[in-house]
Amino acid sequence: MLSDFAPILVFLAVCVAFGAGVQALASWFGPRRPSAAKDLPYECGIVPVESARRRFSVSFYVTAMLFIIFDVESIFLLPWATIVRQLKVFGVVEMGVFIAALLIGLIYVWAKGALRWD
Amino acid sequence: MIASFSDIFSVGRLGTDGIVVILVKSVVIVLALATAAAYLTLAERKIAARVQLRIGPNRVGPMGLLQPAADAVKLLFKENAAPGGRDKLLYLAGPAIAGGAAIFAFAAIPVSGLTCVGGQTSGSGCAGGYALHWDLIHVNVSLLFVLAVTSVGVYSLFLGGYAANSKYSLLGGLRSSAQLISYEMAVAFALIGAVILAGSLDLEKIVLMQHDVWFVVLQPMAFLLYFTAALAETNRLPFDLPEAETELVAGYHTEYSSMRFGFYFLGEYINMVTVCSIATLVFLGGWLPLLPFIHSDWLGGLVGVGWFLAKVGALLFVMMWLRWTLPRFRYDRLMSFGWKVLLPLGLVNIVITGAIVGLRAS
Repeated sequence: MLSDFAPILVFLAVCVAFGAGVQALASWFGPRRPSAAKDLPYECGIVPVESARRRFSVSFYVTAMLFIIFDVESIFLLPWATIVRQLKVFGVVEMGVFIAALLIGLIYVWAKGALRWD
Repeated sequence: MIASFSDIFSVGRLGTDGIVVILVKSVVIVLALATAAAYLTLAERKIAARVQLRIGPNRVGPMGLLQPAADAVKLLFKENAAPGGRDKLLYLAGPAIAGGAAIFAFAAIPVSGLTCVGGQTSGSGCAGGYALHWDLIHVNVSLLFVLAVTSVGVYSLFLGGYAANSKYSLLGGLRSSAQLISYEMAVAFALIGAVILAGSLDLEKIVLMQHDVWFVVLQPMAFLLYFTAALAETNRLPFDLPEAETELVAGYHTEYSSMRFGFYFLGEYINMVTVCSIATLVFLGGWLPLLPFIHSDWLGGLVGVGWFLAKVGALLFVMMWLRWTLPRFRYDRLMSFGWKVLLPLGLVNIVITGAIVGLRAS
């Protein structure tokens, strides 16, 4: 039932009040002495060159893509897990096929080197 | 005539509780988690000290017990220093999500069994009294809710790391997000094994199903997989790559100071409590007692809370103990461990458990 989630709204208000309150206290009590050096990102004492927002390793992108694929599968597994007793042999065979497909996919990306970091 | 408990507690009903009960529960959860996080930092330092044959913090208050309060006050009086080239909105969103997602997940975690206030327990319900559930939102997919909300935490690491415009932050944020999403599947796959046995995603039902035997006995591999993946999910050693101090200064929160840093810290420690709570509920019998002659429903369910906290505390101790026992993984090994060991093992565990449960039922 969706209405079972309603208390979350009250909880949200309490959490926001707590978070905003603590942050407000911190900015109230904390000193404010800006300087040119504090304005720079920390780079072990060296003045930074170039923006930090630059290209990064493609491996992160591949990982994110694989995550999307496999995490969606885990969502399919959850409802099956709750009723496997009722589905009996049919459920076991169906999910066996599904997980076999998943494993083949994993072996494929593994063999392709998508899981390699170097 | 005195109104019954159920009338008083049901004023302004939202879901299963009245508005007053919801408010009280919300405030208790927030304060309890903030306090727990503060004292976990002290516990961590004390345990670290003992492992290294030191004494640890012992100056503030008796045995250093007021140290967390001193730390919180110190954080409040620090300057909110922030780099100039930051993305202002995302920079603030980072710590807010870190703290928020961590606290929010706890809304669906039951810390004790159903208590009947002023009535008789009848089956799974409550006759003539008020059915007090020991969680804030009582839904039949609470395990899924907790998993979903804790995964939102990954945004805090990435947004925080990206927004600060610092190279260390960006690299730390990227690494952490890649690590977290990789191990998230291992977490889900490990839990599915126990869900098959329980036949429900309701944490309260999962606990009650363990009345005879805890799932850690039936699913030892799932428990190990879950605990290992949970260490990575919470950025604990041996998987604390995001904060590998020697390479990345402080990772995604290099550029945060004062209470903004404090919220990342808070979120991290609350996440530890959350993953240990899930492990306790799903594998260690939740609030069910260890000793058969002590019933968990005594004192209106408070004994159950005690059992729950004891089990969570034991797991938290193991987490801290591991930190001072194992060295840090190398990043490529960390990723391949998640994808090439935990993930296939989790799938195999699901297949075996599913086959046994499904075939025995037919």
